[in-house]
Order: sequence, then structure tokens, then C-alpha cells
Amino acid sequence: MKVRLRMFAILRERSGVSEMELELAEGATVADAIEEVGKRFASVSGLLPRTSATVNLEFTKPGVRLDDGDELALIPPVSGGCGG
Amino acid sequence: MDERGDVVELRSSPLDVAAAVAAVGDADGGAIAMFLGATRQETREDGRKLLGLEYEAYCEMAEAQMRRLAEEARRRWPICRLVMLHRIGRVEVGQPSVLIAVSTPHRAQGFEACRFLIDQLKSEATIWKKEIWGDGSSTWVGMVRD
Repeated sequence: MKVRLRMFAILRERSGVSEMELELAEGATVADAIEEVGKRFASVSGLLPRTSATVNLEFTKPGVRLDDGDELALIPPVSGGCGG
Repeated sequence: MDERGDVVELRSSPLDVAAAVAAVGDADGGAIAMFLGATRQETREDGRKLLGLEYEAYCEMAEAQMRRLAEEARRRWPICRLVMLHRIGRVEVGQPSVLIAVSTPHRAQGFEACRFLIDQLKSEATIWKKEIWGDGSSTWVGMVRD
């Protein structure tokens, strides 16, 4: 199955990829997908333990199973958006 | 803009304070409260000066989060009109990166609503910033260092 992978901020910059299709085995979980990203992009593997994930715009957990066509986004720690 | 006149958006152009004040104007709004967050100048120990910040967002998600926060604020306070804007792209030192404005019948409600909205926005929204330094270097900032 295929999911749409999106990466932001430091993950996007280090991997050089903001968006791609990721081929995964049927029944793959969020954790499996993140492991696959770590294998493909050694430059971000050190950041992945501190990275959260969303599926279809909702925060998710590592054990959640992915479905074909899902949008999986890797979310590095979110910065507060401003001064003040 | 939604049916109540709320404006909740990410913007790639400079934030217009006067337009936001006009947008929250309401006959029942005896108080207009606004929070503006701006890029603060900074100098590192090694002498590097901050030129600006570069904001990046997971736009669909951040706007959905912002709309949910607006809904939550409306449940808690009697908000007449609301504007919540966040910049993406480059924001120079001194320029605003986030603007929250609400009109409410009385001022205490407006101060509380603004405080709630900025605190939640900063801790939850999928918006990242990169510090751009005068020597050409840059650093992504995580929430722990904010």
C-alpha cells in the first residue's frame, strides 16, 4: 500500500523532501513507517525519536495501523510561533 | 472569513493591525483586546545578531487547529468577533508574526480570551520557526527553547 508522507521544518530540510509517496507492507503501523523513513533518510534518523506523527491531520500513536491513501506527516517539536 | 465574521488564517504577507481592529468592530463589543507577537532582536554570546525568523507550517493542520481554538474560546467567553492570524515565511526583527484580536462586551473577557488563544496556539499549532542570523547561519527552534 502507499501513503503520502509529508515532512516539515528540520526534517524537510535535512531529508530534502517535503512530500513523497511511501510504499509500505499491508498492515504497516505508524512506527513501521517511521522506521522506513529512518532507513531511507539517514540524515533525519537521529531526529525521529523526538518526532510526533499525524495521520489525516490528527495526532496519532506509533501502534496505529495505516491505510492505503493515508496522509502521514512527521511533526518535529513545534516551536512557539512568536515573541512576546 | 466564516459566517460569524471570524478570520482565522495563515498569511504569507505582513499582518495589517488596522484591518484586524476594523474586522473585530461590533456594536456589542465594548472592548477590543489584541495580542501581537513580534520578532524580538537577539544577540548570541558569539556576537551573531538575529536578522529575522522564517516560519513554516503544516498549513491545513495549523488552520484546523486555529479554528478549533477559536471555537473553544467562543464556548468560554462571549466573543462578538475574532481574528487570529499567523505569519508564514520571513519575518524581520520588529515585525509581527502573530495577531489575535477579539471583541467582547467587557474587557476582562477579551484579555482572558486573548491569553488563552495565544498560549494554546504557541503550544499546539504545527508551525515552526527558523532563526536567521547575520553571519548566514540558521537554527530551527523547538518548543522547549521558546
